[in-house]
Amino acid sequence: MTILQFSLLLAAGSFAAGLLGALTGLGGGVVIVPLLTLGFGVDFRYAVGASLVSVIATSSGAAAAYVREGYTNVRVGMLLEVATTIGAIGGALLAGLVSTSALAIVFGVVLAYSAWASSRARPDHLAPAPDRVAVRLRLDSSYPTPEGERAYHVQHVGAGFGLMGVAGVLSGLLGIGSGAVKVLAMDQAMRLPFKVSTTTSNFMIGVTAAASAGVYLARGYIDPGLAMPVMLGVLAGATLGARLLTRMHPKKLRTLFAVVILALAAEMIYNGATHRI
Amino acid sequence: MAPRIGSEPGGGPAAGRRWSDRDVEQLLGRLLRTGVAVAAAVVLAGGVVYLLGHHAGRPSYGTFAGEPEDLTRVGGIVRGAGRMSGRALIQLGLLLLIATPVARVGFSLAAFLRERDWPYVLLTGFVLALLLLSLIGQV
Repeated sequence: MTILQFSLLLAAGSFAAGLLGALTGLGGGVVIVPLLTLGFGVDFRYAVGASLVSVIATSSGAAAAYVREGYTNVRVGMLLEVATTIGAIGGALLAGLVSTSALAIVFGVVLAYSAWASSRARPDHLAPAPDRVAVRLRLDSSYPTPEGERAYHVQHVGAGFGLMGVAGVLSGLLGIGSGAVKVLAMDQAMRLPFKVSTTTSNFMIGVTAAASAGVYLARGYIDPGLAMPVMLGVLAGATLGARLLTRMHPKKLRTLFAVVILALAAEMIYNGATHRI
Repeated sequence: MAPRIGSEPGGGPAAGRRWSDRDVEQLLGRLLRTGVAVAAAVVLAGGVVYLLGHHAGRPSYGTFAGEPEDLTRVGGIVRGAGRMSGRALIQLGLLLLIATPVARVGFSLAAFLRERDWPYVLLTGFVLALLLLSLIGQV
């Protein structure tokens, strides 16, 4: 295979990943590392570097749209970015010390958990009363609903902060957005409304990924020939997916994609356990 | 739509001096979009140059070798891009992409400074410092 063929194939695969990721809301980043390592035989660290770059591209594009709708809680985002940034840099440094086989197994487990978590309903558990820490940090806010602005009270700031640190480590280690862990932190611990937590987490993903991408770039884990087709492909796919999404609600596609992710998770764990990665 | 309230109803001590959060959000959205678009254009241009020069070569990503110094440091990347090296141009585009969320944090810092919201100035400044240190390879 020549570099031209390799680049075109990679761009096409990344386009499909970005499109499916946007249509299903699961993000294309989660399948880039399996696509590169299992499909193209790329070294795990190069794959994570390329994946991180595509995560920044798609999340910044989406965040631009969300921020304007008025759901994003910028204060909650900024506070939690302290945790995710420290975690992401720690994770990126750790990636150089852990064997790629072990990384592949961790990746598979996180992937399987993401597929499972994304299939569950996310009802809002809004808290009735304000929390002392959240009030001091002025985190409480309101969000637009069809019946007008609705106020919400942020809870358990410490637990949310700790969980977001874990999300940051996973992001730096595996090159993903760690959306599933963020749901745990923001929906379940901090009791943010669904829309607010989704958009605020998207707002943070770019910064989290940038923190570890900086470390990856400086350590030579980001190869331009590899990152170029991946970043352009995912970005184009995700942009098209976001456009299509306003016209369709792909429930079946979502289930299908979750099954694909589960299969990839199993293959990553198998390859890691048998030291093929 | 009604203007959004930044903190709890009634606002904090600095409510009167504040930019509306809405304005900040609009500007943030524009900043993110522009950053990604410019970065993608530079990566695409670098990709064309790279493929014109290397299309017939063989890819070798199976074993990790790391990148040379002039593709991992800001100075080296900028110099290489100046010589119109395809790989360095792509890397410059990726640097711009990484810089987009960093600029977003810088923008948030300016907004919190204007609001004189000191706890958040401190938090945002800390995040910005970490991001810049990781980018120049000092972590």
